[in-house]
Amino acid sequence: MNYFKTVDNDFFRQRLSSLFIAILIFFTILISRLFYLQIIDGNEYYIKSENNCFRLQKIPPHRGLIFDINGELLVDNRPSFEISITPKDARPLRKVVSKLSGLLDIPEDILYEKVKSIKGIAAFKPTLLKKDISRDCLAAIEVNKYDLPGVNINVISQRHYIKKNAVHLIGYLGEINSTELSSDKYLDYRKGDLIGKFGVEKAYEKFLRGKWGGKQVEIDVTGQVLRILNIVKSQPGDNLFLTIDDKIQAKAEELISGKKGAIVVMDPNNGLIIALVSSPVFDPDLFIEGMSRKEWNNLVTDKNRPLQNRAIQGEYPPGSVYKIVTAMAALEEKIIDETNTVDCPGYYKFGIRRFKCWKGGGHGIVNINKAISESCDVFFYHVGQQLGVDRIAKYAKMCGLGKKTGILIDRESTGLIPTSHWKVWQTGEPWIKGETLSIAIGQGYNLVTPLQCAVLISAIANGGILYKPQVVDRIETVEGKKVFQYKKEVMGNINISSKTLEIIRKGLWHAVNSEKGTAFWFAKMKDIDISGKTGTSQVISQKDFNKMTDEEKERYKDHAWFVAYAPSKNCKIAVAVLIEHGEHGSSGAAPIAKEIIKLYLKSN
Amino acid sequence: MFDRRLVQYFDWGLLLFTIILLITGLFALYSAVYNSVNIDSNNISNLLFIKQILWLSMGLLVMVISLFFNYKLLDKFSFVIYFGCIILLILVLTHGKYVAGSRRWLLIGPVTFQPSEIAKIAVILSISRYYSRLICEQGLSLKSLFIPFVITIIPCVLILKQPDLGTALLIMLNTGSITWFVKIKRKALIVIITIIALSIPVCWLFLQDYQRERIHAFINPSRDPLGSGYHLIQSKIAIGSGKLTGKGFMKGTQNELSFLPEQHTDFIFSVFAEECGFVGSIFLIILYVIILFWGISISNGSRDVFGKILSIGVCSMIFWQVFINIGMVMGLMPVVGVPLPFVSYGGSSIVTTMLGIGILLNISMRRFMFD
Repeated sequence: MNYFKTVDNDFFRQRLSSLFIAILIFFTILISRLFYLQIIDGNEYYIKSENNCFRLQKIPPHRGLIFDINGELLVDNRPSFEISITPKDARPLRKVVSKLSGLLDIPEDILYEKVKSIKGIAAFKPTLLKKDISRDCLAAIEVNKYDLPGVNINVISQRHYIKKNAVHLIGYLGEINSTELSSDKYLDYRKGDLIGKFGVEKAYEKFLRGKWGGKQVEIDVTGQVLRILNIVKSQPGDNLFLTIDDKIQAKAEELISGKKGAIVVMDPNNGLIIALVSSPVFDPDLFIEGMSRKEWNNLVTDKNRPLQNRAIQGEYPPGSVYKIVTAMAALEEKIIDETNTVDCPGYYKFGIRRFKCWKGGGHGIVNINKAISESCDVFFYHVGQQLGVDRIAKYAKMCGLGKKTGILIDRESTGLIPTSHWKVWQTGEPWIKGETLSIAIGQGYNLVTPLQCAVLISAIANGGILYKPQVVDRIETVEGKKVFQYKKEVMGNINISSKTLEIIRKGLWHAVNSEKGTAFWFAKMKDIDISGKTGTSQVISQKDFNKMTDEEKERYKDHAWFVAYAPSKNCKIAVAVLIEHGEHGSSGAAPIAKEIIKLYLKSN
Repeated sequence: MFDRRLVQYFDWGLLLFTIILLITGLFALYSAVYNSVNIDSNNISNLLFIKQILWLSMGLLVMVISLFFNYKLLDKFSFVIYFGCIILLILVLTHGKYVAGSRRWLLIGPVTFQPSEIAKIAVILSISRYYSRLICEQGLSLKSLFIPFVITIIPCVLILKQPDLGTALLIMLNTGSITWFVKIKRKALIVIITIIALSIPVCWLFLQDYQRERIHAFINPSRDPLGSGYHLIQSKIAIGSGKLTGKGFMKGTQNELSFLPEQHTDFIFSVFAEECGFVGSIFLIILYVIILFWGISISNGSRDVFGKILSIGVCSMIFWQVFINIGMVMGLMPVVGVPLPFVSYGGSSIVTTMLGIGILLNISMRRFMFD
């Protein structure tokens, strides 16, 4: 250790004494200030503290509005008035309460008990008495304001759903809960704040919310504001322009109403969602008025699951829609070409089992084109058997099935594309070859969402590009400055030869446009050239179904699918329709798609 | 190993004044947490008060244990401690707990603590060690200030990211004070002042608009009337209304009506001044002055350069926190989140301050020991 090798004690003594002086100076400053505040200005501050007259009042922001792509207003805010009371300021309490009970139509003793029970800090803060009061009631209270000390009228802005369309996509608001409060997503939120809980209201919360303002006010003994000392204005949230076209959305909702299912309408050239429907719907006004626990429980436990967004969250077996994938795999893996044929007698013998074709009498000699357009099961049993499950899965995944599309709203479902590994891992049992036959026609373990099907059919329509589905076209500030503008996002490509794609497109064209095609009678239009594929997916096996009572049969009827695009060349619109228990894709789902396509192409 | 002389030279006076200060602080905290409607449940008040007592005991324990080790070990391990701290500060940024918008706390089991508090001591140790090898009567040259600059700036940047402007500022002030104490050449001093003066406008140009607004509000609280501006009005009313003798223990009204923000942490002096008046506040301030002068006299008595510089470092840490905190609640300073040592609620702050007192006691009792 180096004791005083370089410096002597005098050096330190001199440094320390200057430190000593510095500290004295700093503390003299503090004490002078203290003297000034407490002794010179003390009386003034004392009076201010006795009055306790400064308060901070929050000013809520206006939440951003929601429009459709054409600027049609879907959601705005409307003022709503609520009455609250600050118990400490409401004196004499008896008199205030008796006057107020008449105006609010609440029995006097109930109101008195309620206000009386507010103690501690809460008695200094306004407590809500009645929400959303009528204009008449408001006027009466406003007139009697001076006989009602401590009674406050608050203007709050409430969500107003103008069209009540696209409720699942738009979503709803709710009070922030404690888990959300402690997460880093909602840092500057407080208890009691409303936040988006579902749909774009949730996904675009940070744009829609705006910024809270507030004011410092001086109040008198009755709690009335004497003067505003300082004000920070709130900033309104940004306006959201959805990609949906309200006209199409409304039509689609009308077509599906009364049924359960989902419709996804997409622009195949960029992934923009034109309509997104899930049925049945819920009433968004319920969330504004505030539900009782019972109403909420009813909504959550409703057998028809109105809160689920089936288009994104619903998982269904794809049925014959999946034959597009199987056909793709068979052509690309050179199992078949367009000249190969299979004889369909109406069943396929595999071991000792007979796998039926949907057409009991059989399709006769079938090539790939006829197999797609007439949806021959036997043809796909043949090729599926040669392909094996893993090769089919490879193409399904290439088409975007069995994985999330990355759409930004809600909890998107993944779906499921089984492989032999998956089954061993999941069940511990090896893959059975017979199961491949079910997979080849879209039954068995396969699960997809309507949105995934829409992305798939869009890619077939546009030449193989999987666009990420998007629901927000642009976001603008109140002044009209753009803060977000959508950009096409490519999720992937279906890497197949153009010849394969052409064969499939031809098959899809024949499905609608040749007399024997599965959708001919339900989707063919004279002036619009549609291509598409029907699908009927079994909910349970045919054997079990036949044993059921009629009532059960209703519940386990097949789901109906139809995916389509139009015009077949230079395609402008792609549609995926799923009707739960709609029985046949041709009759249950295709007419809906047809109507939507007609309206869209005629109006654009 | 343990020498009888250590007990003989033990600095009972410093310990006594520290304990008086701690007890005074507990009274202030008691009033702040029990006489507040902001904390509306008695359970929470109990919890806060008991937790503070636990932290205090913990602080005392850490202090006593630290006395058994010769402070010269700190000289040896200062850089190890420093790097450990840097790792903790990085961990805080990646795994820390969010409280009210900033990420300052690390969760270890049931205990949360702020690594930035320990970083204060770690920087003081490293700087003291570095200067103790270089100190000379002519003063330090500009070249030799580069390493202290780096030692200081790394934790400061990490702490600013949390963001915790107050602590980062304190660390810089500590380094500055120690540097001023060991003396630098006049030429070097001029260069430093010029660099600082020039870099401020340059930094300003690179700031985003919202960052500038934050600094505006920081310098001039009335620009933030809903936050610091409002707090300041209420704090000044509280202090001023205390007048000469105060409103009496547990009788403060500003605090009672929860007009004071964070009355048990950063604004605790307002509660104390309201209830104990000018007389009580002067008493509290004088206690701090006594402890600081005691620290300076310990530095004077030590015969080891490292010990001399280190004790000044600890004094600087206590001094700046007291000055900034009290200055802030009286409206002399920008509103920065700096706790009042020994008094404010908060475990990490208490333990760090007690560790500082432990270092002072340690240097004092080993002033005649040579190894």
